[in-house]
Amino acid sequence: MKQKAVILNTKDNVATALAELKAGDTLELEVGEETKEVRLTTDIPFGHKFSLSKIEPDSPVIKYGEIIGVSTATIKPGDYVHIHNVVSRRGRGDLGGGDK
Amino acid sequence: MSFLGYRRQNGSVGTRNYIGIISTVTCANDVTWWISQQVKGCAPFLHDQGCSQTQPDLDQVTRTLISLGWNPNLAGVLVVSLGCESVSVDEIAEGIAESGKPVEKIVIQKVGGAISALSQGAKLARDMAVEASKTKREEFSDSELVLGVKCGASDTTSGLTSNPAAGATCDLLIDKGGTCIFGETTEFMGAEHILTRRAATPQVANKIMDIVARMEKRATAMGFDMRGGQPTAGNIAGGLTTIEEKSLGAIVKGGTKPIKEVYEYGERPQGKGLFIVDTPGREPEFLTALGAAGAQVIIFSTGLGAPQGFPFIPVIKVTGNPITYERLPVHIDVFIELAEKVGSNIAQAGESLYQEVMAVASGKQTKAEIINYGNFPNIFTVGPVI
Repeated sequence: MKQKAVILNTKDNVATALAELKAGDTLELEVGEETKEVRLTTDIPFGHKFSLSKIEPDSPVIKYGEIIGVSTATIKPGDYVHIHNVVSRRGRGDLGGGDK
Repeated sequence: MSFLGYRRQNGSVGTRNYIGIISTVTCANDVTWWISQQVKGCAPFLHDQGCSQTQPDLDQVTRTLISLGWNPNLAGVLVVSLGCESVSVDEIAEGIAESGKPVEKIVIQKVGGAISALSQGAKLARDMAVEASKTKREEFSDSELVLGVKCGASDTTSGLTSNPAAGATCDLLIDKGGTCIFGETTEFMGAEHILTRRAATPQVANKIMDIVARMEKRATAMGFDMRGGQPTAGNIAGGLTTIEEKSLGAIVKGGTKPIKEVYEYGERPQGKGLFIVDTPGREPEFLTALGAAGAQVIIFSTGLGAPQGFPFIPVIKVTGNPITYERLPVHIDVFIELAEKVGSNIAQAGESLYQEVMAVASGKQTKAEIINYGNFPNIFTVGPVI
């Protein structure tokens, strides 16, 4: 059976949807040798991300085992993760320069 | 494997055999276009630069036009000038002639205007095209190939399938002694620490950090969050949240081999291996940089479906997005399915993409070539128009 979502690195706290997923769907995802169960709180479009664990505000969001941005709100397991609750740390001219 | 290409005077090898009709300045674009459409076997290079700019930009335009003229896919070049532009038509024509290929020039203001320039330019182009048509394809080793790699209109599938497959293809070519070029410096932001690990020398690692810092400074100088510009609105709709996420998915398209050198926009890499050219990722400017760097074939990985090719370089469109593949068969050359176990088919996808590159290098037409899409590239400049 095709994977419905993928976790790309064991360090990741988000997964990527590989199908149109629905609120209430419960997914069993492989993380290394283990399996992780996540119940979605909202619909997740193909190619978009959801959280695997609770992410506190202003915490790193991790995909590919690397930091892709910082949370701006509390993100619960199964929540949709995108521009409404994650910001970039780079190219932020609005903050007076790039955060390096 | 091997491919069938055209031998050039300086030892380089073309995968196409065009006469390049190269405009020196935006004001000469119409005549350039007319000649290219009148005479078979010609390919235009149009752009919006070449006048009323500061010296660094004028130097960049001159360097880029000369390097484009050197591209081995061009058998000869006709340079079309208005006459009063800031860049020098003589410098550009002489710079291209150092490649050993035939070069002619036409100056619109000197020959009595656009109609006369069309007439005289078409005759010059015709004679060169007839001569070029006598060249036969010969067999060359894979090591003669210079492959450009680009991603555009990216979505999540780019980072999962099409970029890794492009990277696997690059690795295969480097192993066979060939050359790969990538860039899109904006899309190194957040992933530069991974790229620098692959730098062949500490100097190359420093250059990578420098070009990223320079590009980020330009982006932040406007005083805005660059999101919406990078990632683009389309990237965001496709599931990419931040530039860091886009970058981490983007850099895999250059494969895993050591990065030998970092070049400025418009420069021609020396030697063989894997190189970076400093350029933003937007198609018109970046494809030009690959052409100037001597790419004879380009792999273009796309999620949402970018249509453009380049006037004299075959551009192979590769997607991992099944919806894009179904909707846009007119633009997509290769589809790479998401494996049941993500990533498990990448090595094999890289192999088949490699075979497609060799077929295209030997003359197979790409979708962008067949519908003649991609005639409006540009040259990247950093300063104001003054």
